[in-house]
Amino acid sequence: MDNNEFLTEWGLTLMVFLPLAGALLLMVIPKAQEQMIKVAALGAALASGAVGVAVLANFNYDSSEKLQFVVNRNWIEAIHANYIVGIDGLSVPLIALTLLITPLVMVYSWNHFPQPHNPQAFLILMLVLATGMLGTFVAQDLILFFVFFEVVLLPMYFMIGVWGGEQRQYASIKFFLYTLFGSALMIVSFLALFFVAGGDSFSMVDLAQGVADRNAAGNLAMITQVLIFGGMFMGFGIKVPMFPFHTWLPDAHTQAPTAGSVILAAVLLKLGTYGFIRVALFILPEAAVKWAPYIGALAVIGIIYGALGCLAQTDMKRLIAFSSVAHMGFVMLGIASLTTFGLNAAVFGMVAHGLITGMLFFLAGSVKDRFHTLEIKRLGGLLLQAPKLGWILGFCIMASLGLPGLAGFWGEFPAILSAYNPAPALSQELFRTYMVIAAFGTVLAAGYLLWLFQRTAFGTPSEEFADVEIEDVRVSEWIAWVPLLALILVLGVFPNIIFHVTDPFLTVMGNTFAGLK
Amino acid sequence: MDDLLLNQFLLLGAVLFCIGVYGVLARRNAVLVLMSIELILNAVNINLIAFGAFWGSITGSVFALFVIAIAAAEVGVGLAIVLLIYRNRRSVDLDDVAEMKG
Amino acid sequence: MWFPDHAYLIPLIAAASFVLILFFGKRMPKKGAEIGITALSICFVMALATNVQWFSHVNSAEHEAEVAQEEGEAAEALVSSESTGSATEPIEFEVEPSRASWTWWQSGDVTFSVGMLLDGPGVMMLFVVTLISLLVHIYSTDYIGGDRRYTHYFAFLSLFSASMLGLVMSETTLQLLTCWELVGLCSFALIGHWWEEKPNSDAALKAFITNRVGDVGLICGVIILFFAADQSFDIVTINEMALNGEISHLALLVASCSLMAAVMSKSGQFVLHTWLPDAMAGPTPVSALIHAATMVVAGVFMVARLYGVFFQGFSIGTSSVNPLVVIGAITVIGGASLAFVQKDIKKVLAYSTVSQLGYMVMALGVGAWTAALFHLFTHAMFKAGLFLGAGSVAHSVHSFDMTEHMGGMRKFMPKTFVTFLICTAALIGLFPLAGFWSKDEVLSGAQQLGGEGGYLVFMVVGLVGAFLTALYMTRCIYLTFFGEPKGHAADAEHPPHESGRRILVPLYILSGMAIITGFANLPNSGVLSGSPDGASLRFEHFYEPKGSYFPSVLETFDHPEFNVLIALGSTIIGLLGISLAYAWYWKGRGPHGLTSRNKFAKAGYTVLVEKYYLDHLYTGIIVGAVKGPIARGAYWFNQKGIDGVVNSAGVAAVKSGKFVYERIDQGVVDTIVNASGSAAGGSGQRLRRIQTGRVQQYAALLFAGAAILAGIFIIVI
Repeated sequence: MDNNEFLTEWGLTLMVFLPLAGALLLMVIPKAQEQMIKVAALGAALASGAVGVAVLANFNYDSSEKLQFVVNRNWIEAIHANYIVGIDGLSVPLIALTLLITPLVMVYSWNHFPQPHNPQAFLILMLVLATGMLGTFVAQDLILFFVFFEVVLLPMYFMIGVWGGEQRQYASIKFFLYTLFGSALMIVSFLALFFVAGGDSFSMVDLAQGVADRNAAGNLAMITQVLIFGGMFMGFGIKVPMFPFHTWLPDAHTQAPTAGSVILAAVLLKLGTYGFIRVALFILPEAAVKWAPYIGALAVIGIIYGALGCLAQTDMKRLIAFSSVAHMGFVMLGIASLTTFGLNAAVFGMVAHGLITGMLFFLAGSVKDRFHTLEIKRLGGLLLQAPKLGWILGFCIMASLGLPGLAGFWGEFPAILSAYNPAPALSQELFRTYMVIAAFGTVLAAGYLLWLFQRTAFGTPSEEFADVEIEDVRVSEWIAWVPLLALILVLGVFPNIIFHVTDPFLTVMGNTFAGLK
Repeated sequence: MDDLLLNQFLLLGAVLFCIGVYGVLARRNAVLVLMSIELILNAVNINLIAFGAFWGSITGSVFALFVIAIAAAEVGVGLAIVLLIYRNRRSVDLDDVAEMKG
Repeated sequence: MWFPDHAYLIPLIAAASFVLILFFGKRMPKKGAEIGITALSICFVMALATNVQWFSHVNSAEHEAEVAQEEGEAAEALVSSESTGSATEPIEFEVEPSRASWTWWQSGDVTFSVGMLLDGPGVMMLFVVTLISLLVHIYSTDYIGGDRRYTHYFAFLSLFSASMLGLVMSETTLQLLTCWELVGLCSFALIGHWWEEKPNSDAALKAFITNRVGDVGLICGVIILFFAADQSFDIVTINEMALNGEISHLALLVASCSLMAAVMSKSGQFVLHTWLPDAMAGPTPVSALIHAATMVVAGVFMVARLYGVFFQGFSIGTSSVNPLVVIGAITVIGGASLAFVQKDIKKVLAYSTVSQLGYMVMALGVGAWTAALFHLFTHAMFKAGLFLGAGSVAHSVHSFDMTEHMGGMRKFMPKTFVTFLICTAALIGLFPLAGFWSKDEVLSGAQQLGGEGGYLVFMVVGLVGAFLTALYMTRCIYLTFFGEPKGHAADAEHPPHESGRRILVPLYILSGMAIITGFANLPNSGVLSGSPDGASLRFEHFYEPKGSYFPSVLETFDHPEFNVLIALGSTIIGLLGISLAYAWYWKGRGPHGLTSRNKFAKAGYTVLVEKYYLDHLYTGIIVGAVKGPIARGAYWFNQKGIDGVVNSAGVAAVKSGKFVYERIDQGVVDTIVNASGSAAGGSGQRLRRIQTGRVQQYAALLFAGAAILAGIFIIVI
């Protein structure tokens, strides 16, 4: 078989299931062989990454609006669910992000797994998680998508519930039930969609076509579409999370072990926003127009509200968690504008937020390792005790508050830009109001982040830690962080690396919305 | 054979059947019950032969022959059982044989 | 024109210097300073070369236009024998800016470029930024020698130079925004250079966050202009479309107002100026470079850059009042009055900067573009000189407090004193120093330009500002260099001493510039008309953009003429201010102690000391409220409101679960199961009764059943 042919047929499948195979392999390795377990886990992640890199290298970037590497096989014939996978410009950046984050998290955890240790179980969960995340990004069939979407839940539940902080029980069950609640409504929507669109396929493309046909024929009631969209909105909105469904997030983040927080922030939240674009907007454009003003409103409320929540925090990790609510607000504002600009901004924002907030959680984890507390009041003078750690924190904070030249800016600015001129079917006045509110959100972002930096890094160490020897950045931390830091800078200077990939697909989508009245 | 003649045979069969049923339900003597069963069977036999003649088919007669053969075997087994019961209990009264009570 | 066409290399060199210092600075013998100085020297030389080539570029453009015109006239003369006097009028010509462009990113069908737009104002700023930055680098090697973060300091100086140079040659508004934020970042890092002490980091945060407030305006303005100009960030395109009338007046007005917010924060205009005096917490050379000469003029530069937008949006040419000029005027007076009550020498200079920036904004507001940029140019020189001079004094007495630790310094530091005096005279606007010429142009602009009624009021404001400037600067001179030495200055064991060469040489250069730069734009009108052609109005000639993207294409745009009355008047007013202050401080005349005797005077003094209570409003009320009650309220709502709903949903689910388990599951369902069990047993009990064991009963049942079946059979069929 030709190399390329093999890649086309099996590339995505291998990429998705190699981590799972790795997890199975890990199960048979005796628990005492810790080193071997770690190597095997990292190997599986890297193997998946290698396949992924091969796929992405062979991806045709000139026609990234088209689905590529499509594999379509019968799966569960009784319910018309097929195994359809494929990638296009929308999924590529997120797949790349996932492939990058997973091994980095493993490297970071290499020598200090959280209590109660047990790297075997921890890594198995991580690998299963990787399969779930990658699968979600490649699935082109709603049932397959749903399965992967749910696969992610369980490992994360155990990760928080077993390796988490003091309130891990509460946080993990809250996380699990809340997301599951959304998923339940989502699957109902999926089924309704299936029947509405003809009832012979769960393929996203077919469903979109079916809905479009019925819309063109004028025999699909708007209320039906709006309700179906509503179900998806609950499912994805909780995952994002959008105000007011965000309360699971601070708890989950605060209690989760560092590795869990990083993956949660970097990739898991993106499943929601990705789902919005890939499923909800793609299949139900007309209903999206009806929902957009409300999504936009919730997004800007989230921006301001998340920022205010940050200002009230006394715990560093919880503050970073709340900042996610604000940042995802920008992403959702971009989506709600239903323009090419906004959607591009949203995808860029997802990647940027993944890198930056992931990095911030890494840092919070390292601070906790060293000081055994994240109470902002007790910290201070980090720049004196561990200058490199402090400067990296400063860098990430600058990136997070949207400094131009770093990645965060390109998620924020085009989103604000897009709100000035939303899709023609939307109210300009309303969205311009959103724009101004969102722009003020950047001031608050600067406020809470710099305030955090001032109180943790500036000044002198508090008495309690004045004489404690604090280790600066370790080798494993360098390995895990340097790629992220470099990407934050590189993407900030050359944003076209991502825009170039996402733009063709999102232009097609943006034009769809531009055509709707 | 016409309808009228058939009716008479059927009537005879019915009378015999009823006598047989009466005998089975009312008599206490096991031997008499067996004999009554013979009567029922023969009532059926008459019916079978009558219908067979009526339709001009020998199926009825063949069936009747089978029934006779089985009835003979049945009486043989039945009398043997009755004999054994009598040997054990010195009576052939069916009311005394209630071992099957649940 | 190699240098103007490759001027983008200048910020790149500075940026490379930043990276080099960051990674290798600590290992170098001079801790990275040498990298910064080398890079900035190269930048400065390149900037000079760019200027020279630019001059010849402008001259050749003019020459070509002249030739073309003469040919035209010659042709005309053939037709009509009448000769017009047009030869004496200035010739209209266009100067092509140097441009370079690369694709930055794309969205939809729109491609966004990053590049270079280098024309007059950019070339001028190149010179200013590289010169002062280089001098500050040299000065700093002495001033903060041995500092704990010496290398970081130089790294950020380089980064600042790179971003500032990038800002002045931005091709697009988006790029401008980017550099705008980056200079803000450097300002943040350098104000907070000594972050161990909380006041310093507070000042840094205040600067950054105040600027962020202005940035909201910048972001909105850039976005509005982007869509108004058919999805373009290109500065030239936006200006051209604004001047052609292709953009609606409303859009221009809203965009201008939004951008004003950015100008107010970055260029320290009232009411967003409060961060600038606090920014003096940073090292003095930084104050000179960033908070006096370069970064704070970014707002002024941005208005100048997008002047087509502002000119049309605010109808500058035809109105007699607009937001720019009003804000500028308030700032002139407000800043100057606050400078009067400061005890810290750097704060005096900071408020003076605020006030002078007000002049520039006011000049832009009245339509005197060249005057504004010219004032920017001269101000950069003498204000940097003043700051560095103040730093030199403070370096030897280890304090910035004029009333506690200075006095009589002229005896200890004669060289610093002379340079400081020259720069002060230039700031006050004494003939023939730099400030005289530039301030005079601003005032003439206010007098002559504008629509009906003109901007005369603002000329008066400018004169009052000049008077106040003379007063507070004389006070500053007196407190610092005259009178009796106090505090550290009077320390007999360690008497103050003159600073070293690396501090003095930049002072000499800057005071020299304060003397000569005024002649760069010698007027050629009024009593001074008839100045040689090649010597007058050089600044305007070389640095004012000439092309379709600058308002000079409009009829309402004009240049003010030299007015000898204003020149005399402002000089007299300046001298009056000096002599008043002289009488007050040196001779002790006047109602001393008025502020403690008179209720109104005392109240006024308190208002000034409290900086018009603006800081109370911002820090105390707005920030306090957001950080305190509002944030806590939002969080409370989050925990009790939203999370309360979630948690009570959880609790309710558990409760209803319990209910279901205890009552329904255990109570009802199980009962049914149990009941069905017992029912089965019971029915068995009942059924077993028919199992009599009586053969005849069985037979009876059998027959009955058969009969029933037969009956059904007959009925049904």
